[in-house]
Amino acid sequence: MTGTALLQLSGITKRFPGVLANDEIGFSVAPGTIHALLGENGAGKSTLVKMIYGVMRPDQGEMRFDGAPYAPARPSEARARGVGMVFQHFSLFEALSVAENVALGMNKDAVGKDLDRLIIEVSETYGLSLDPARFIGSLSVGERQRVEVVRCLLQNPRLLIMDEPTSVLTPQEVDVLFETLRQLSSEGCSILYISHKLDEIRTLCGRATVLRGGQVVADCDPREETAKSLAEMMIGTSLSFPERQEPDLGDERLVVAELSVESPDPFGTDLVDISFSVRAGEILGIAGVAGNGQVELMELLIGERATEDGAVRIDGQPVGRLGPTERRRRGMCSVPEERLGHGAVPDMSLWENVILSARTRKGIENNGFLDLGIARDFARQVVETFNVKTAGIEHAARSLSGGNLQKFIVGREMLQDPTVLVILQPTWGVDAAAAADIHRALQELAKGGAAILVISQDLNELMAISTSFAVISEGRLSEPRPTGSLSVEEIGLLMGGVHSSVGRGASAEKGASVERGASAGQGAAR
Amino acid sequence: MELFFLILQAIIIAPIPLIFVAIGELVVERSGVLNLGLEGMMILGAIAGFSVTLDSGSFVVGIAAAALAGALAAGIFGVLTQVLMSNQVATGLALTIFGLGLSALWGQGYSGESTAPLAKIHIFLLSDIPIVGPLLFVHDPLVYLAFALVAGVAWFLTRTRAGLILRAVGENHDAAHAIGYNVVAVRMAALVFGGACAGIGGAYLSTVQTPFWVENMTAGRGWIALAIVVFASWRPGRLLVGAYLFGGVTVAQLHVQGFGIDIDAQYLSMLPYLVTILVLVLISHNKARSHLNAPACLGKPFFASA
Repeated sequence: MTGTALLQLSGITKRFPGVLANDEIGFSVAPGTIHALLGENGAGKSTLVKMIYGVMRPDQGEMRFDGAPYAPARPSEARARGVGMVFQHFSLFEALSVAENVALGMNKDAVGKDLDRLIIEVSETYGLSLDPARFIGSLSVGERQRVEVVRCLLQNPRLLIMDEPTSVLTPQEVDVLFETLRQLSSEGCSILYISHKLDEIRTLCGRATVLRGGQVVADCDPREETAKSLAEMMIGTSLSFPERQEPDLGDERLVVAELSVESPDPFGTDLVDISFSVRAGEILGIAGVAGNGQVELMELLIGERATEDGAVRIDGQPVGRLGPTERRRRGMCSVPEERLGHGAVPDMSLWENVILSARTRKGIENNGFLDLGIARDFARQVVETFNVKTAGIEHAARSLSGGNLQKFIVGREMLQDPTVLVILQPTWGVDAAAAADIHRALQELAKGGAAILVISQDLNELMAISTSFAVISEGRLSEPRPTGSLSVEEIGLLMGGVHSSVGRGASAEKGASVERGASAGQGAAR
Repeated sequence: MELFFLILQAIIIAPIPLIFVAIGELVVERSGVLNLGLEGMMILGAIAGFSVTLDSGSFVVGIAAAALAGALAAGIFGVLTQVLMSNQVATGLALTIFGLGLSALWGQGYSGESTAPLAKIHIFLLSDIPIVGPLLFVHDPLVYLAFALVAGVAWFLTRTRAGLILRAVGENHDAAHAIGYNVVAVRMAALVFGGACAGIGGAYLSTVQTPFWVENMTAGRGWIALAIVVFASWRPGRLLVGAYLFGGVTVAQLHVQGFGIDIDAQYLSMLPYLVTILVLVLISHNKARSHLNAPACLGKPFFASA
């Protein structure tokens, strides 16, 4: 692993209005190594890799690739030199098929007639199963990431940049991905690996560069560091993880009874006979591989789709037919999976985004008029309480880094004092310190008497915070059990095992019956 | 029987201008741009085609001039909306008004003139089939061109890499930019193609179908073409169905009263618009499906980020 560096950066500087995103960054990536790029949200990691991939250009500094000067003006030049990238906010086209998306991300001469066969071959070789004919719009976040990964692998890259690749994968999928990455690195491909998960970096990476505030603060061998020491380099202060407390359970606040609903999406998952309840003080964690009905369940719980009146109850009141605003009024707040476009309006300022979900519970709306003073104060309160890094509440939601926006959205919901909180992927793409903050806040909220439902693919997260635990697979929910009665490995096997042993493959079945869409559009329950 | 045959023949010819204009707009909208200036580009093509055909005596030169006029108008629209970032809806409406005005000025000296009818091409053997032969295989070259264009666009969009890139730009211009495609260049090319098609559609109206020049002679056909694109849910095949439905109604309203059926022509004129609204309701009904139809970035301005 010695010799000349594959990629060498020196003095890379990038300024945005009001922010110095990268300040004189210099490090090098050796051939065939897995090199971690570590840093908090807003430390400048995404900006840096965008410059390496040719999406942006540095203001100052120079890059060398394979000994020669390297200044890609556009991504196709980077690809031609052998640099591939998996984006954090995926660069996929929802209305196009998997095969078409792959073809678009490859340079012209690399696309052959038998692309479908190649996709299947590569996806099977690396255990990332994909159907080239499916439309991206019908894929879950986890499946979408596979498309991005396969797209890069098809081009035999010499340097693969991965921005937060494991945040939506199950432990088994992570293991498979790591095998893939190790295989690639043994074949001589270097990998620039961005992650907040310190344990992963310690098991996977041979080298790590730590960024803080746009500067390189450390260069180390992560295998010789502890997770704690890495985190301290990254944050500069000491960490405290949430402590497990014995739950003090009250009455049932959220009750779901015999919920069976066909998905309106031809490629979606039907929900089959889902029943559970969440009591005051309880945090119910629902685990499952992406695309097993999590999104459909979320839509029904928070009122984006209506169902039968009695199927969902908040504090005993039936709310199945009510919309999100009415459910909020009754105490239910929610955080969806997709931050940009679902959790927040990208082009609206932070205080405007606050109005969208908090107008009823915070009294911002009075007789049809908005009290902007309350909205601004509340937005400021969210930013301060949850330590959101932003130049101010006037800035658009889009301008925040992924993790900061997540903290903002979670904070906006939690500070409305919900009695029931439904939250999907609470810490997707959030660094360790922020994740710990969010987890602690969730536990405090539960202690205060709220019922919390966390749907996540991060098992470690669910094990750390939930008081009871269930698995969703192909639209069916397992019996919730107290957390701690199962190990992470057992649960992972349960998820995978249930997934393949339940013969009635709901998703495969749906794929073949697009014409059913009209009747499914009624959203008729049972 | 003879009358019936003539009506059928008229129905086959009637939608040809609509097909030209709509297929061009379909490509433009698939690239994510909404050009509402169809009426303006069409009428410019009509007067350019008519005046140049008359002055040069060559039909081919006239049609080429019409395509050029439409493409130039679309180019102006493209520079305004893609480079100078003006609002697409407002600019499209302005293009319509501009086209109607300029064509009236240009056409002042050409009122009352007429072009010679265009020679029809008999397709070998096929035109000898009784009834069907003369109906389908004895037409002027532009009729065949219109159908070839629809087939060509369908092939281009689904079977070529350039077509895939065009659709990708219309679906998600930010992702297309991130992967490294030139969004503005793709859209400009689509606009110029769409303008040329609209120009030819207008010229077909003024030099073949009518064939003389009258101010405002397109009479809303540009808007109908726009409706047809939506009716077709951005698919070339369905576009033909829409064009014949709409064009057929236009011919039918001329003949219905001749057959003694007591219905006001205005009701028939309304029919295409009512059908369009019905289709819009139907395709919007299922969220999951409409998502697969309309280009997601249609009409949205693209600002390249850094």
